[in-house]
Amino acid sequence: MHRFANPARFLRIANVILPWSAGLTVVLLVVGLAWSLFVSPPDYQQGESVRIMYVHVPSAWMGLFAYAVMAVASAVALIWKHPLADLSAKASAPVGAAFTFICLVTGSLWGKPMWGTYWVWDARLTSMLILLFLYLGYMALVNAFDDPGRGAKAAAILALVGVVNLPIIKFSVDWWNTLHQPASVIKMGGPAISAGMLIPLLIMGLAFKAFYVTILLVRVRTEIASAKVRAIRLTQVHG
Amino acid sequence: MTRKQRRLYFVGLGLLALFAATALMLNAFKDNLVFFYSPTDLQTKKVEAGRRFRIGGLVEQGSVNKDGKQVRFKVTDMAHAVPVVFTGILPDLFREGQGVVAEGKLDDKGTFLASDVLAKHDENYMPPEVADALKKSGQWQGDKDGKNGKGDGKEPGK
Repeated sequence: MHRFANPARFLRIANVILPWSAGLTVVLLVVGLAWSLFVSPPDYQQGESVRIMYVHVPSAWMGLFAYAVMAVASAVALIWKHPLADLSAKASAPVGAAFTFICLVTGSLWGKPMWGTYWVWDARLTSMLILLFLYLGYMALVNAFDDPGRGAKAAAILALVGVVNLPIIKFSVDWWNTLHQPASVIKMGGPAISAGMLIPLLIMGLAFKAFYVTILLVRVRTEIASAKVRAIRLTQVHG
Repeated sequence: MTRKQRRLYFVGLGLLALFAATALMLNAFKDNLVFFYSPTDLQTKKVEAGRRFRIGGLVEQGSVNKDGKQVRFKVTDMAHAVPVVFTGILPDLFREGQGVVAEGKLDDKGTFLASDVLAKHDENYMPPEVADALKKSGQWQGDKDGKNGKGDGKEPGK
């Protein structure tokens, strides 16, 4: 385990991956956006408004995915005291929060013309809002202590407690009556979405994932640098 | 047992307990977590007149009757239907066979007085040409068979 806990080794690997993941992000985003905004067909019911989906759905996936990463990293940090795990969890939180926010905003903008309302308190929308609050709570808690180690520990526990929300978000549309439509892509019996829309959607999903890898590596690198700076300052003060 | 193992079991058991507690809680609040009742729920639950709640289902074919700003239609789950009266602007997706959720209350005669009507979109996404082709070939499964919204025909009240 501790073979991978070495920040120097991580930095070496990260610096190799970064240009590739950044390039992949750009390529996938350009292709995905062009395809989904210009090439893909309008929907038989929603018309052109369906194009909001190509940002909304990948954002929702990212919101859940970033939280899952954060929770796994938190568990590793709590159990094995892995020095990089805390940093990864901390680095993942704002990214996930941003995508969750984008998901909520785009969903709201879609909801007004389609449903007739910006917001309803159904199980899917509410659980997604709770996810945003979990992110915000995590970010507040991780920075709330003078000693970064204690902040990370408290926040890691919060992250693990919040994991219970992930299956609730995913299955909320199956367990309860909601205004939000049931799953279209990952469902029993295959996707209920035509291929001309599904492919650009998946490309956008991959583009967001590639972006996530890129930004996470950059952010962890930054965290390592600032931890080093902190350590140097401390040795200067205490001599 | 090493400290690491102890921590692993501690976190694992903690999560297990948390998931169990949440599952029990959600199960206990099941009735309050639904966004709307289906017409069949109304038959079995007997909501008293004047209490605000939401009702969801499909707009029954041929039931929409517009009179100035007032609209009358029936919300059905293919087993039962409830007459609804609404005054105001309907969402674009509203039409016969479409899933809708209406918020309001029942009057004494069992008519639902809606103060809000929301259109419920289904999980099917396809280009208009595909929808037309499906309709022509008789393969169409949208609107009518209850894919459009839950709380409909096949599993009422779920």
